[in-house]
Amino acid sequence: MSDTTRTPEGETPAPAADRPADETNGRLDADGRRREHEIWVAGTEEPDWITNATDEGAQEMLPRDLDPAVSVQRGVTVTDDYLEEEMIVDDERQIINMGPQHPATHGVLRLHMELEGETVRRVKPIIGYLHTGMEKTAETLPYMSGGTNVTRMDYLSPLNNELCYALVVEQLLGVEIPSRGQAIRVLMTELNRVSSHLIWLATFGMDIGALSMMIYGFREREAILAFFEKVTGLRMNHNYIRPGGVAADLPDGWEDDVEGIFDVVRAGLDDYQDLLNGNPIFLDRTQGVGVITPKEAHQYGVTGPIARAAGINFDLRKVFPYSGIEQYDFDVPLGKHGDVFDRYLVRTEEIRQSLRIVEQVLETMPGGDYRTDDRKVTPPPRKRIDESMEALIHHFKLFTEGFKVPVGEAYQAVESPRGELGMYLVSKGAAKPWRLHVRTPSFATVQSLPVMMTDLIVADVIATLASLDPVLGDVDR
Amino acid sequence: MAGETSNPNFLLTTLEKGVNWTRTRSMWPATFGLACCAIEMMATGTAHYDISRFGMEVFRASPRQADLMIVAGRVSQKMAPVLRQVYDQMAEPKWVISMGACASTGGMFNNYALVQGVDEIVPVDVYVPGCPPGPQSLLHGILTLQDKIMSGEITRARGLIV
Repeated sequence: MSDTTRTPEGETPAPAADRPADETNGRLDADGRRREHEIWVAGTEEPDWITNATDEGAQEMLPRDLDPAVSVQRGVTVTDDYLEEEMIVDDERQIINMGPQHPATHGVLRLHMELEGETVRRVKPIIGYLHTGMEKTAETLPYMSGGTNVTRMDYLSPLNNELCYALVVEQLLGVEIPSRGQAIRVLMTELNRVSSHLIWLATFGMDIGALSMMIYGFREREAILAFFEKVTGLRMNHNYIRPGGVAADLPDGWEDDVEGIFDVVRAGLDDYQDLLNGNPIFLDRTQGVGVITPKEAHQYGVTGPIARAAGINFDLRKVFPYSGIEQYDFDVPLGKHGDVFDRYLVRTEEIRQSLRIVEQVLETMPGGDYRTDDRKVTPPPRKRIDESMEALIHHFKLFTEGFKVPVGEAYQAVESPRGELGMYLVSKGAAKPWRLHVRTPSFATVQSLPVMMTDLIVADVIATLASLDPVLGDVDR
Repeated sequence: MAGETSNPNFLLTTLEKGVNWTRTRSMWPATFGLACCAIEMMATGTAHYDISRFGMEVFRASPRQADLMIVAGRVSQKMAPVLRQVYDQMAEPKWVISMGACASTGGMFNNYALVQGVDEIVPVDVYVPGCPPGPQSLLHGILTLQDKIMSGEITRARGLIV
């Protein structure tokens, strides 16, 4: 293979004078290194050993700054100091595959890591091991049962997914949800945020060696799941929040259950902070590890607790409030350093703030109906079906054909425990979506992995990955 | 060979029961969490449901050290070869529990992406229904598997039985 095909620009390399001198030098060095080690550059002719490789394509890491012009165009310029390092002994470099079956990858994420000794020089996340075709499945399900599909995307925060789907459908339908329905939605999604963050605490603790956290986190979560089971009938994947309201009213005595959750979770949180906040091993493994700057977080589309731990004050509940959440008082915790420890602090504080919201919902729960009385969207009460022909027809039409949504497009985002969860819905006037695209927070988080993990040691990779709380069902859908 | 003996004597029958009993009481599962069911599998392992009552709390990350694979979640076409490889790496005797609707039949996702039932790839001993099955369901599945092992033969090996 000749040198020309190896240059990133392809057959016609730009004149060297157009580029800054130091960049040219760096690239020449990189070319030399590539020539020595037979690394193929994307966009050029494939050599045989690439064609014969596995279906993953090249098992080597691709050079990160393939084409500076493209990077600048995208607004993303990743500087990689390793290219300028002269003292690297290339023989020491090895490629380690982590996952997809690995206890610390939170599911089926696969990481290609290029190591130099124990230092990670490059990371390539490989996703798709849990691809379920949910966006396609959404096109085959009527709006009424669409919730069963989306609730299984991010299986740690199913109610947030359902809320997003319900809101985007309602946006096109133009129906108003009664205030009780909205309050129930806020109550359930905020409790879901608590349970999701508790799972995160449990698995995060387990991944960095604090195995007791695993037991504690799940213990507190069970209290919330028991409440969910009582309200929705299921521990997970509820399909409780539906277009038009919620599936059922809260059961009798729900106030006592929620107050029980307060006691359990708050006592648990105090225990965790006693255990972890002053623990020197925990501090050493989390402080200054896996840092992402606010600028990088913006560039990679990272949202949620990770962006807030980096100091970005962006919470959709404040910026674009939904479902009446603006009437409740709560603070948005922000970090300073954007490292693993700040993410831990932000999430634990978010649990407290969510409980604060739930407390206010408990005090101010309005009466009335829990779903809209628009009979084109909501099935009539069982009693009315015996009395009214109209009600019978509505019931029949709703459960055979489903309701039709006017032609249009809509985007709705909610603050899921992992960040901005957005759904983009295109309707052509049928009873099923024509297209549903989901902007999932974990997807953006996983693509920012190389930024956080470069030049860390392997043990820190585990801590960083655990701190991101990616849900692979959310990434792959 | 116990299975070939037409009239097994007293000692052999007792040995078989003894071996089977030890197998049921120290079954180590491989961590094979895929999706929603994995969370319930983890919940089964923690304090509330406490899988260690059945001698199964030792979740092994390496398939070489595991006897039981709990396929917890939906298996995509991309994951299928990985799953088969993990299964092949497990030492005999080994068992498979298919946890949840997706692993058993593809569940609600009858589409291009999912394997429609993990029994297309590996032999399954117990199917646990539910979406996701609660920890109680999984525990019931585990007890069912233990009964199955107790009533089986110790020489049973995969691939030899048609």
